Order: sequence, then C-alpha cells, then structure tokens
Amino acid sequence: MIGELSRRQFLRTAGAGVAGTTLGAMGFGGAEQALAQSVRPFKLAKTTETRNTCPYCSVACGILMYGVGDGSANNKQAIMHIEGDPDHPVNRGTLCPKGAALLDFVHSDTRLKYPMHRKPGSDKFERVTWEFALERIARLMKDDRDKNFVAKSKDGVTVNRWTTVGFLAASATTNETATLTYKVVRSAGIVAFDNQARV
Amino acid sequence: MTNSWADIGWTDLAIIMGGNAAEAHPCGFKWVVEAKANRGAKLIVVDPRYTRSASVADFYCPIRPGTDIAFLGGVINYLLSNDKIQHDYVKNYTNAAYLVNPAYGFSDGLFTGYDEAKRDYDKSSWDYQVGEDGFAKLDDTLQDPNCVFQLMKKHFAIYTPEMVERICGSPKDKFLKVAEMIASCSTPTKTMTSMYALGWTQHSKGSQNIRAMAMVQLLLGNIGVRGGGMNALRGHSNIQGLTDLGLMSNLIPGYLTLPTEKEPDFNAYMSSRGFKPLRPGQMSYWQNYKKFFVSFQKSMWGEAATAENNWAYDYLPKLDVTYDMLRVFDLMVQGKMTGYFCQGFNPLMTLSNRGKLTEGLSKLKWLVTMDPLDTETSRFWENHGEFNDVKTGDIQTEVFQLPTSCFAEDEGSLVNSGRWLQWHYPGQEPPGEAKLDTWIMAQIGQKLKALYQKEGGAFPDPILNLTWNYADPNNPTPQELAKEMNGSALADQMDPKDATKVVVEKGKQLSGFAQLKDDGSTQAFCWIYTGCWTEAGNQMARRDKEDGGTGLAPKWAWSWPANRRILYNRASSDVAGKPWDDSRKLVYWAGDKWAGIDVPDYGAAFKPEQTVGPFIMNPEGVARLFTRKMMRDGPFPTHYEPFEAPVANAVAPKIRGNPAARIFKGDFAALGSSDKYPYVATSYRLTEHFHQWTKHVWVNAVLQPEFFVEISEELAKEKGITKGGWVRVWSNRGSVKAKAVVTKRIKPLMVDGKPTHIVGIPQHWGFMGAAKKGMNPNSLTPFVGDANIETPEYKAFLVNIEAIASGPVA
Ligand code: SF4
Repeated sequence: MIGELSRRQFLRTAGAGVAGTTLGAMGFGGAEQALAQSVRPFKLAKTTETRNTCPYCSVACGILMYGVGDGSANNKQAIMHIEGDPDHPVNRGTLCPKGAALLDFVHSDTRLKYPMHRKPGSDKFERVTWEFALERIARLMKDDRDKNFVAKSKDGVTVNRWTTVGFLAASATTNETATLTYKVVRSAGIVAFDNQARV
Repeated sequence: MTNSWADIGWTDLAIIMGGNAAEAHPCGFKWVVEAKANRGAKLIVVDPRYTRSASVADFYCPIRPGTDIAFLGGVINYLLSNDKIQHDYVKNYTNAAYLVNPAYGFSDGLFTGYDEAKRDYDKSSWDYQVGEDGFAKLDDTLQDPNCVFQLMKKHFAIYTPEMVERICGSPKDKFLKVAEMIASCSTPTKTMTSMYALGWTQHSKGSQNIRAMAMVQLLLGNIGVRGGGMNALRGHSNIQGLTDLGLMSNLIPGYLTLPTEKEPDFNAYMSSRGFKPLRPGQMSYWQNYKKFFVSFQKSMWGEAATAENNWAYDYLPKLDVTYDMLRVFDLMVQGKMTGYFCQGFNPLMTLSNRGKLTEGLSKLKWLVTMDPLDTETSRFWENHGEFNDVKTGDIQTEVFQLPTSCFAEDEGSLVNSGRWLQWHYPGQEPPGEAKLDTWIMAQIGQKLKALYQKEGGAFPDPILNLTWNYADPNNPTPQELAKEMNGSALADQMDPKDATKVVVEKGKQLSGFAQLKDDGSTQAFCWIYTGCWTEAGNQMARRDKEDGGTGLAPKWAWSWPANRRILYNRASSDVAGKPWDDSRKLVYWAGDKWAGIDVPDYGAAFKPEQTVGPFIMNPEGVARLFTRKMMRDGPFPTHYEPFEAPVANAVAPKIRGNPAARIFKGDFAALGSSDKYPYVATSYRLTEHFHQWTKHVWVNAVLQPEFFVEISEELAKEKGITKGGWVRVWSNRGSVKAKAVVTKRIKPLMVDGKPTHIVGIPQHWGFMGAAKKGMNPNSLTPFVGDANIETPEYKAFLVNIEAIASGPVA
C-alpha cells in the first residue's frame, strides 16, 4: 500500500501526457500542466487500477488504466485515465504519442456499438440483432461450404479444402482469441487464411 | 527478435536499416539511447529519409529504396576482403566449411535451374555434397572452391564500394564509413545489433534483405550473444502471436506446416519432415516434429484423432497453392470468392492497389467485418466523393459490421517483439452491444456446427469433432484457451528413467514441450507455447522485473520457447564453452553443466567435447550462410531491382524485379516504367499515428490531422511545388492528392550517374475517423509480393508528381 502511494505521489510530478506536451510546445505549457497535475491526484484517488499493454506496436508497453464505476448495472465501469506502467521492464513508465493518447481510442466517437447490416445495393447500414447477424452468417457459410467444398483433387487425393470463403485475422487480438479463431476457421477447411503480418 | 528490447542496452553498435525505431517504436528505441549513454555505443542509420532515428545517429547514410541487398552485399564483400570476420565463430558455428554440389552456379543474376516460364527454380543443385555415410562433406581449411565460404566470396565480390554507390546512390565514402563501423564488431568482444521492420519486409525480396543482414551478423559472430542478434521490431502488438499460432494459409501453430496435395497420406507428409541430422551427433530438434504435430491434432480433435486414422490427418485441408492475401484478392476479382471475414483488419486501406481491392470486395457475395472501429473496409461500398468514389447501387455485396471489444475490455496475452507473452486485464465493459472476439467466434463455430448436426453436408467430421471443452460453450474464457495453448497430459506420463514414477498425471498441465509425445498421450495446441500456463499457474502474468540489470527479466511474463530470452544463446560461448566476452556472459560451460543467466538453447546433457552445434533446430547444428533449397529465390541474397525501378539492374540488366517472385498477369501489365513515372516512392509511418487506427483518436488526429507527401527542396523547385501546396501523385494504378511537405530530410540521390528523386508517402489516412479525410499510398502501390512470403512491395515503386490548384472533393 505504501509502495502504491509513493508511486502515485511520484507520478503527480511526471508530465501530463501527450496533450499536455503539445500545449507546452505551443507556449501555454506552465499553466496547463500545473492545472493538470493538481487535478490528477484527486481524479485517481477513487479509481480502480487495471494492468494492460498498449495495443499498438509490439514494444507492448505496460500501461495502467484507471477506471470509475464498480461494474454494477447502474454504475458501469469506465476508464478515465491511462498512463505508462513504471514497473514495466521495457517502457519503465514511458509512453509515446500513440500510447499516451490511448484513452481517446477507448472512447473514440467511431467505436462501434451495434451489429449493422448492409443489404446488397443499399446505401446504408441498418441496425440488426446479434441473433440475426450470426444466424445469417452461419447459414451463408454452410450453404457455400456445401456447394464449393473440395473433397478430392483432380488426381483423386483427399484434400478437404474450402477455398471460396476467406478469413483475415487481426494483429492485435489476444493469443486466446487467435486460438479460438484458428480452431473454427481451420476445422471448416478454410485455406484462404491470413493475418496482418504482411502489411 | 532473437533478443529482446532491454537487451539492446547491451550493444556496442546499433544499426537501424529497414526501420525507424525512434518514431515507430519509441519506447523500445529508448534502449539504444541507454546503450549510447551507458556503454558509449554507436548508432548507424541507413534510410532513404533523414528520420528521427537518423537525427540522433552517430552516422547516417542515405540509400535508394529497394537496394538494401546491394548495400549489405557491399558490407559482406568488405568484411571478407578485409578479413574482418570472427574466424572461430564462422568456422565452427556456420556452414562456411560445407561443400556444395559442383553443379550449383550463379550467372547473369540467376542461380542454376531457372525456369522463366514458371518464374521458379529447379533447386536440386542448391545443396551440399553428401558422403556415403549420409553426412554433409566439409573442408575445414575453407579453401575448396565449392565450399560455402569460397562461393560466398565469389558471389559478393561484385558489390564493390563503387557498385554500391552506383546502385544505391549511397556516396562511396559514406558507405565505407558504415562498413568500417560494422567491421569493428568482428572481434569477439564487440557486438552489433540489427533493428529492422517493414522497411525490409515490404519488398519483392524482403526475406533476402533480412538474410543478407543475418549473414553479416553471422560473419561477425553476433547471433546468440547479448547486445546482438537479428531484431525484427515487428509491427502490431500481437502480430508475433498470430504468426506463432499459425493464422496463415499454410501454417499449423508453432511453425508446423499444413500438408500439400503432393502429400496424399501421413507417411508422405512426415517423410519430408524427418530432419535427419546432416552431421554426426547433431541435435536437429525438428526431429521431434511428429510429437508437436500429433499433440496439435489431439488438441484439435481429441478422441477423434487416433493412431488408426493417422491422427485425423485428413481433417486438415491440403493446399494446392498458398492462399495468401494477394492471391485471395486476385481470386475475388476473378469472381471466385463468395465470402470474406475481416477480423480487426482493414485491407481496403492497407493492401496494395486499392482499385483492385475495391473491385474484389464488390464481387463478393458477402463480407463480415469484426472491429472495435468503423473501418473503411466495412464501408467500401459507401461513396465518399474522391476519397471513395464508388457506385454504391451497383455493389451487390451483403455486409455485416460486427462491433468488438478493444484491448481495454478484454483479457489475455499478447506477444511482444521479444517473444514475451504478457497477460493483460480488462478495465471496462465493451460499449453498447459490442462483444468479445472470442464470443463472436464461438457463436459462429457453434452455429455452423449446429447446422451440420441438423442437416449434414460436406465433410462435417472436423467441425463436429472439434474439441470444445469449455464450461460455457458459447463463451470460452481466456483462461481456458490459454491452458489449451499450453497443453496437458491425456494419460499419466511416466519418467523415462523410472517406469514406475509418474511425472505428469493425466489431466494435468504440461510444463514444457520436451514432455510432448507422438503416441497421442499428450495434447498441446501450440508446442512453442508449452510452459506458458503450467500447474504452477499462469506464467504469462508474472510480474517480477528483477534481473540484476541484465535486461532479460526472466521472471517477467513468459517468453517462448521455454522462457528463453535470447535465441541460440549457446553461441555466446566458444566451442569449449567459454564466453567470447567475459563482461557479457550469457550461457557457458561451468565444468559440469551449462550455466548462465538464460535458459540454455542446448541439450543440458551435452558436453563441449561432443561438439554439438549451437543451432540445434538445424540438421547441420550450425547456421546457414548458404540456405540450400530453403528460399525460392536463391541460396544467397542477390540484388534485384524493385518491380518498378528508375534504372535497369546494374548487375543483371535483363532482369526485372525478383525473377522468382510471383506476379499475376494483370498486375504485371499494371506496372509502370520510369519514362512515365520517373520518381521513386516509398511509404512510411509517423510517430503520432499507428497504422489506420489512430485517425479515430482525437488527440492523434489533432497532432497530425492531414495526409501529405514529403519531397525534397530540389524536386519541389523542379516541379514548381510550393510548401504546403496541393499536389497530385500518381502511379500506373492510381492517383492521390495531398499537401506537399517540402523538407531537407529527403535529398535526391545520384543513381547510376543520374539524379533520382524520392517521394515519401505516409500511411495513416482514410475516409473514416476523427482526422481529415485523406488518401493512402496503397492507391498507388503494385500488387506483387516477396518471393517467399508474399509481403507486398510497399516500400519501392514509381510515381509521377505535379502541383495542382486544389485538393480532393469529398
Ligand atoms: S506506447 Fe508507443 S512505443 Fe509503447 S507500445 Fe504503444 S505505440 Fe509502441
């Protein structure tokens, strides 16, 4: 507990993240930073701290996320501050201009909230239920797999592949997501399978 | 990375070539700064632009995009001609002494066996001379004209400093200075680290760029040592993990490979994966392939994978060709793809030749995207004026846009560039109805299975029998999945030395991949991850950073394989097991055992006098300067121009691009030539942005709001372009409009006697998000990939440029 406190005290004197740095560069620095630093300890006092890693580049800097709310129905958890984890052996508390702005990624206006569907030829997305989307996707997969599955090659070799549906996997999902994704995709016989390593 | 981030702090010389760590990996680059401050280390940057990495370098040398092999070939030639190599290392730890088949040869830019029509080689001569005993023949004096060392000398002799200058545009004196600095690390007590990223991979010969530097590092004795290594900085936070786990067309987790249709049965499959040692007594660790493979099949299909059905060998699809992204989009354009999933991936803005991508997506029957953000790919059908000029009504693709959680809402592990699996925790719930990716994948898998259970259909067995032992089948937890990656015993595992003693009880987690069996009594989804979640718990969540300042942090998280922090670390000591450098001991022979600060990459029972090589995965036991038949485009790297180049290939004038790289017919026709497109373009990233994501982030959108291209003052003057003025940049495939940033950071280079201009194009904009709408280099780039792994040639292509009066209309 004492260690925690002293670390937070230490952090109070640290820089105020990327926005503060930019303001500083524009010449308004002193006042804004002083304000940010005097507000912060109060803001963090009632928060929960969660350890995570920056999802951008593979330096994978350790981060601390501070959230309010206890997760109950009327008090949803919401992250209100993110900073570098000073205990992390690689970044030792530092973050670059990308990692320092992570909070705005979490709460970005263009975060998606609902499953959407675009009908052929339509000029808009329409909100649908998960049930509708997932049922229909499974149906489309099944119909195409049954139609285009290649059980044997021209030479009669058992090949059991499905080439007409493809799957692009991500670059920032967890290993655990990747494991489940691999299982579902490969067991269906999909070979048009790739990830973002190439680009 | 062979090493890890903090280990860079132990180097004497960092070379950043093919990357820009100060801007793209800033908090990792810090370790270069530490090495400079604490050890007096030097930094060299070789890059077409004077980047921020260059701005803090001790020495900067410019280079024309796409000519790295000529430059590194020049370095290899310099090291060999000036005898600046670490002799004991080269002789004992590489295949320098191995004799090559006399039929192997190289002339006019081609290796023996080239078939022009197929754009491929008959590689049969690219191999060792093998004696009657089945072992490769050696000449320890390195004098035989057919030994690798002599062949290498001959192959690289052409890359003189003059030739480097002529091809790369790097002034001879600057090149020589770089070569000299590199050569200073040929002593056993000085070490260089190589840091690279997409600047090397995104070329039609990307793999060979990396090989060329790996050869330099082997000649210097810098692999397996502290402060050394080949360090791929990698791109996204878990691209290492997704690759480890085999999420690619031809892979099985842990770098095993899917069968091809030339391997009709399990015996045929295993026959090319036997990995018999090529020298007496070598470990050749891939001999255990079958154990890893069977344990994977058991993990996937449990009791349905039996010895009788060859561990469900036929449940795996067999490939006719590799279905990499470039091929898949080409198939879309041909109308041969029905549906496509994009999970956290925005190909419309990231793969090459955007016009072709739009055409492909428009021909799909359906597209599913899963992403936390509103991506351009999910809205490829929506008209955004010049930013996405499509005829919406004509596009018949049905699209599902599924909202997912982001990092802050999920739990699990990511693999950093140093191969560390680090566990993280969620801090809030996903917004609205957004869901975890695991939940979505489980629904898709379970619903598809239910349809097959109900209706039957095409070969349902691998779907119906897929292992699915989750407490809630609709919502597997990250803990369950992590344990599955690690693997467990399916029967009691006995001590090999004492058959009455149980080492691992049935049902318990395994503690390392040495416990895997090929008899079906163990399961492990990804053998290189075995050890990540043992009976002792989740090793990836460990948080003891104490390492006595070595930078290895062995008790922080968990790294594959076997929590080893520096690969090939046995090579940090000489044949007798004595450290090359006493001030940087890593793994050494302590008289009766191997000791040191890292998990030895070696058999614990080997004594130094057994001369088991340190590169235990290779059947030779040593590292390969000559790669035999393993690369499609040659056993040595050789200079090829990019497919679009401003000059002919100076060493083989008739060859365009990489002769072994696959290029589809239409894409070959879409290449531009230097008379119409006289300028060399290259793409890059800015420190304020990450790929296409941070344009959704308000702060980053403010910091770098707008798409631009970067050109030299000289080119601006020549073309009447003003600072901040609008320009149009176009290639033979597309056109973009951008603001011009005119800088001193890019300078024209003298290539083959003529001034060559470079246009820099950052890769961060699109038509969604908080930043201004903008275009991207992928409207311009060619649709051709690396000969070995199909990474698109994104870093070197040709464009033209002109000043225009105003910008695009949205
Ligand atoms: S904070 Fe910057 S350097 Fe660290 S992981 Fe994120 S993007 Fe990479």
